[in-house]
Amino acid sequence: MQHNETGHRPAAASGAGVDTTFIGAFLVIGTVLALIVASKAVDTPMQVHALIFLIAFVLGIIALGAHHFGGAMHDESKYEFGVVKAGVTASMFWGIAGFLVGVIIALQLAFPNILYFDHLPFLNFGRLRPLHTSAVIFAFGGNVLIATSFYVVQRTTRARLWGGLASWFVFWGYNLFIVVAATGYLMGVTESREYAEPEWYADLWLTIVWVVYLLVFLGTLWKRKEPHIYVANWFYLAFIITIAMLHIVNNLSVPVSLVGSKSYSLFAGVQDALTQWWYGHNAVGFFLTAGFLAIMYYFIPKRAERPVYSYRLSIVHFWALIFLYIWAGPHHLHYTALPEWAQTLGMTFSIMLWMPSWGGAINGLMTLSGAWDKIRTDPVIRMMIVSVAFYAMSTFEGPMMSIRAVNSLSHYTDWTIGHVHSGALGWVGYISFGALYCLVPWLWKRKQLYSNALVEWHFWISTIGIVLYITAMWVSGIMQGLMWRAYNEFGFLEFSFVETVEAMHPYYIIRALGGLLFLIGAILMAYNLWRTARGDVRQKELSGALAPAPAE
Amino acid sequence: MAEHEIDEHSGVATTGHEWDGIKELNNPLPRWWVWTFYACVAFSVVWWVLMPTWPGISGYTKGVLGYTQRATVAKEMAALNESRSASMQQLDNVNTIADVENNPELLQYTMAAGASLFGDNCATCHGSGGQGGPGYPNLNDDDWIWGGTFADIKQTITYGIRSGHPEARFNTMQAYGRDGVLSEDQIGDLVEYVLALSGEQADPAAVERAAVTFEQVCAACHGADGKGNHLLGSPNLTDAIWLYGGERATIYATLKNGRAGVMPTWAGRLTSDQITALAVYVHSLGGGE
Repeated sequence: MQHNETGHRPAAASGAGVDTTFIGAFLVIGTVLALIVASKAVDTPMQVHALIFLIAFVLGIIALGAHHFGGAMHDESKYEFGVVKAGVTASMFWGIAGFLVGVIIALQLAFPNILYFDHLPFLNFGRLRPLHTSAVIFAFGGNVLIATSFYVVQRTTRARLWGGLASWFVFWGYNLFIVVAATGYLMGVTESREYAEPEWYADLWLTIVWVVYLLVFLGTLWKRKEPHIYVANWFYLAFIITIAMLHIVNNLSVPVSLVGSKSYSLFAGVQDALTQWWYGHNAVGFFLTAGFLAIMYYFIPKRAERPVYSYRLSIVHFWALIFLYIWAGPHHLHYTALPEWAQTLGMTFSIMLWMPSWGGAINGLMTLSGAWDKIRTDPVIRMMIVSVAFYAMSTFEGPMMSIRAVNSLSHYTDWTIGHVHSGALGWVGYISFGALYCLVPWLWKRKQLYSNALVEWHFWISTIGIVLYITAMWVSGIMQGLMWRAYNEFGFLEFSFVETVEAMHPYYIIRALGGLLFLIGAILMAYNLWRTARGDVRQKELSGALAPAPAE
Repeated sequence: MAEHEIDEHSGVATTGHEWDGIKELNNPLPRWWVWTFYACVAFSVVWWVLMPTWPGISGYTKGVLGYTQRATVAKEMAALNESRSASMQQLDNVNTIADVENNPELLQYTMAAGASLFGDNCATCHGSGGQGGPGYPNLNDDDWIWGGTFADIKQTITYGIRSGHPEARFNTMQAYGRDGVLSEDQIGDLVEYVLALSGEQADPAAVERAAVTFEQVCAACHGADGKGNHLLGSPNLTDAIWLYGGERATIYATLKNGRAGVMPTWAGRLTSDQITALAVYVHSLGGGE
């Protein structure tokens, strides 16, 4: 592979670059700090985490040394795809781990007496639940976003990732954050902020990693060989910048001790709640929507080999989405102590957000015009299109649920869980799976997937799973809301809370079954991708003309 | 821009940009999309005029409808209390169960109130049907530790058991083993004795050995015949109904470590009318005795 990928001259800059020096010095400082904290830690979780950091930093120094003295060449004329491969692998690993924990906690909800282990506190629902949400959103979703953004920004700027080894620092640093967060949850370390549970030191670490991520992304855009910046990159950039802002503000807190794991929020009362949901809602908006729209904008036109439907729509819906999303958070706090004017604003901005969200769905779906037949012939395209359909459905459902009258029925019920999962399993899950099915053959330079039939199985099994999941949650959620507000003729509540819990039981079983099917689909996918990376093709699917050479 | 490539399928011009083989069509914004967006914005603007919305320096725009959620809740609660007040007031004058039972309308109302209160306050421990569980008495049977008359039940609900309230019902089942009052052997024998009391299979020799100990230590509260005493809150040991369980291991644990279950006081948390309604409801489950 001597051809020039990026348009840069193949400069053979080797030896200790600025990147190696910087990262090396940083890791050495980190090692010293971790040692100090490990020796002075005032609680066990902090000690465990200091040791995890210590091991990670030492391994980092060793890897850096091996890289340096191994005489690795830095070639500007080639793309940095190694880190993308690592991201794809990590995505698959964390995806299956996160889905598995999801199935476990769904079963805990369905059978609370059987799956309660009073001597194993780390298996409690309260600790496993944030493990599930963080594993699927940040570990799976985050690695998919890092991997695809590093791939897409290089391909659409014709430039190698900026910063040399900095992209590797982002990958390993981010995954170190995941490990620290996950082990923390199991040990009971939490800030109790939904989707922002990791404690202050993990938050500081993520901030460093995220700033480097932003620098790598901006640096790559800066040295681009294309005159314009592709729409996917706008979305990636909005995602990276906004998440940085949200993460920092929502996690402002005061540690009890610099060598202890506990901290307290800088905000109190309703201000704290609003900060949390300003963050929480925009984690949905900028992490799970903007980031994955970026994936849609690259992978759907690329796979369908059709131009993006409308450039103008992409501009208008991008700016409308960015401007409106950030105000919608208060709709999570309807009928609470949050001042009423803030609730009205949260609701109306959510309603105005409906069309900007759908702009992305229109552009995704209509890009297929002229290639609709591919939905039938290519299961990967079908997965991505169904993903966009789920996106459209849940971004209609969201504004509807933000209307106060609807919210008074839906809030605190399983309807919310169903809504989240139609977005998470349908939209985020499927667009990610589609991207991964595209990326593995491209990155490992294979002509085709190991098996398209397996993709079909994955698609149908997990689609049935999603449908079971969300319909069960719709029914149980609306039933729950109606039972909570049912009064008898004397003006007393018709049902006690525990009766409404009993009524959920069958739906919780169906939900667990749906989740299990989704997990099985993902395992099929992991197997398929692993065989594809090895260079295998299923015997029956060897197409004559395209028959690839056996794996070297 | 005439030189821009025309897409063969749609006949629409591209924008002339290309990234990694991806092009963009120059399609206009779909009209329905634009108009729906405008409609959402218009709705929002109207809503801002009607409802409390924009914050200022020392307040916020109140909206022309004058709506506030606090006033709405207050109004709804007032209406609810109004609809209940006539019957609730009648409960003030209830002193005996007959006062309710002889007034069918009031009885119906009281049972509805009691069932609702029971579901939200009692079912957590006593079960949604009052069936109880280990450590939490079954309220459906005719076995009452502190008495099952209307007055007894009302007293228990109001002040609780070992609740910390000065009027609370209180007694002690001591930790005879842990505190070293009785030896392991004595406890082992007593377990057999207690089993024999309720007609279970027991070792006769042990039962005989325990007779003196039972009389000296246990009879003071549980009575020489083991039938218990409502005034002291000592359970009847002969009826095969168990608060913590009647297996050997559980009886052993009770004797070894004692028992001190807590029923909270509801005075101050529920109104006296509500407590009356609850007492009527619980009495209907298995009360009397």
